[in-house]
Amino acid sequence: MTKVLMKGNEAIGEAAIRAGCLHFFGYPITPQSEVPEYLAKRMPEVGGTFVQAESEVAASNMIYGSAGVGIKVLTTSSSPGISLMAEGLSYIAACELPVVLVNIMRSGPGLGGILPAQGDYLQATKGTGHGDFQLIVLAPSSVQEAVDLVVLAFELAEKYLNPVMVIGDGMIGQMMEPVEFPPEGQGKPLDPGDWALTGCKGRKKRIINSLYLDPIECNDINLKLKAKYDLIAKKEKRWETYNCDKPYDLLICSFGMMSRICKTAIDDLAEQGIQVGLFRPITVNPFPYEACRKAMDKAKRVLVLEMNMGQMLEDIKLAGEGSKEIDFFGTAGGVVLSPDESLLKMRKSLRKIPKATKAKPKKKPAKKTKAAKKRKSR
Amino acid sequence: MAGTEVLMAGFGGQGMLLSGKLLAYAAMKKGMEVSWLPSYGPEMRGGTANVTVCISPKQVGSPYISRPSALLVMNQPSLEKFGPRVKKGGLIVINTSLVPVKANRDDCTVVYVAAAEIAQEAGTARAANLVMLGAYVGWAGIVDPDTTIQMIEKEFARKAKFIPANVSAFKLGFEAGVKAKEGAKA
Repeated sequence: MTKVLMKGNEAIGEAAIRAGCLHFFGYPITPQSEVPEYLAKRMPEVGGTFVQAESEVAASNMIYGSAGVGIKVLTTSSSPGISLMAEGLSYIAACELPVVLVNIMRSGPGLGGILPAQGDYLQATKGTGHGDFQLIVLAPSSVQEAVDLVVLAFELAEKYLNPVMVIGDGMIGQMMEPVEFPPEGQGKPLDPGDWALTGCKGRKKRIINSLYLDPIECNDINLKLKAKYDLIAKKEKRWETYNCDKPYDLLICSFGMMSRICKTAIDDLAEQGIQVGLFRPITVNPFPYEACRKAMDKAKRVLVLEMNMGQMLEDIKLAGEGSKEIDFFGTAGGVVLSPDESLLKMRKSLRKIPKATKAKPKKKPAKKTKAAKKRKSR
Repeated sequence: MAGTEVLMAGFGGQGMLLSGKLLAYAAMKKGMEVSWLPSYGPEMRGGTANVTVCISPKQVGSPYISRPSALLVMNQPSLEKFGPRVKKGGLIVINTSLVPVKANRDDCTVVYVAAAEIAQEAGTARAANLVMLGAYVGWAGIVDPDTTIQMIEKEFARKAKFIPANVSAFKLGFEAGVKAKEGAKA
């Protein structure tokens, strides 16, 4: 397979087709409009269906209906559009239907702006809509990973009969990177199993419904869903650690594109002889608490950097259970922390670590002055 | 870091995003890791537009860069905004057709290119973006010029009549870049 240079949004559209998804329903919104634009052209070429819905509310009900008849289906949107889809998502989760959604996040709240942000973390992982339901949520940090995770999202959706959301910020949608796709024709249609509405001639009727007025019956549905979410949490956690094989005093926690920015800052610090580790959840729901705790245990202090006002921070605190001091810095509104600014935040956290407890003796004075000079020049 | 970060900036419609794309393609063909990150604010034609292309032998870290190692500017606002951010020892390529001022950076190499005039010579002033790209490629030698020309031909495949002028604009820019480099060495 050769690599092609592609915009994240277009690559997401192609990844869905390669995963065997031939149905898209959605509504344009910046910064994800290249997904519907791409699929409007591509779906007819592969015998698929593209519908620009009249609104996001309609799109969410179209994917609800399509999944109900056993069709692999995708919708994509950006923050305010996802809010509009929230009601439909609750119904889809209650009915245990496999759909895949992509949220290319822009800045909020309200109509906000079109620039990159990570402000929908809590919405995606904790409170997408009403009632006790959960999405599986995947957070890529490169165009290639966005492709891989869209393919994985379809697998997980079908395996657990649950909606799966891929969240990326506007940068992932807009940037181009070399990317490799799985071969065409590899993605299979959805297995209709014993639940899809495929026409009941010659078999017992199936009903897809989320109205349970009997409290015992409704409680049972919730218990069944809970058991499923527990199983997903046990089996499907994914994460990455970076520069964690060497002893480090400070652990950085970040996800998505922010982790890429942190990696550059971490590389710069390593060149100056300072080792800092990075923990990046790939499944942000289920959150890899145990792996995060392990990485935290090796550090003296933790710094969480996000493009929001401290959302994943709550999960890091849950993982740490009060065992570590945690610093946080976030930007929002489309302001992106540069690698240099991230490095300064890391230095600030490093300075808060008492010298006696540092894992490694201080580096040579020559390097220290160099670093100090650099700081001064900024 | 062994990577190169090139920031290309100008007015929307001047084609710097396309120049960036061609550079990224050519670097990718050479087996390098690349990223192409555009500014995508609510700006339209006439507004400012810029793109950051990162080229690295290993996976690109942050595609979002505070201090690029090279800057290509088509207009004065872009020079004023991004000029001070270029890394010490970096390269600045200035389109003198639209930028009447100097770079004011003693610690960088500055190459002045009359991009619009050169492009006009090639056939169309609209190919000034490719003169700038050519000058950078000529100076930096980071990608193969022939590969870049192939990429230009591919990019304009559907508008084949524009290929000769664009290729020739790139070539003239390339020669200007090589000449500037030789001049600096001598």
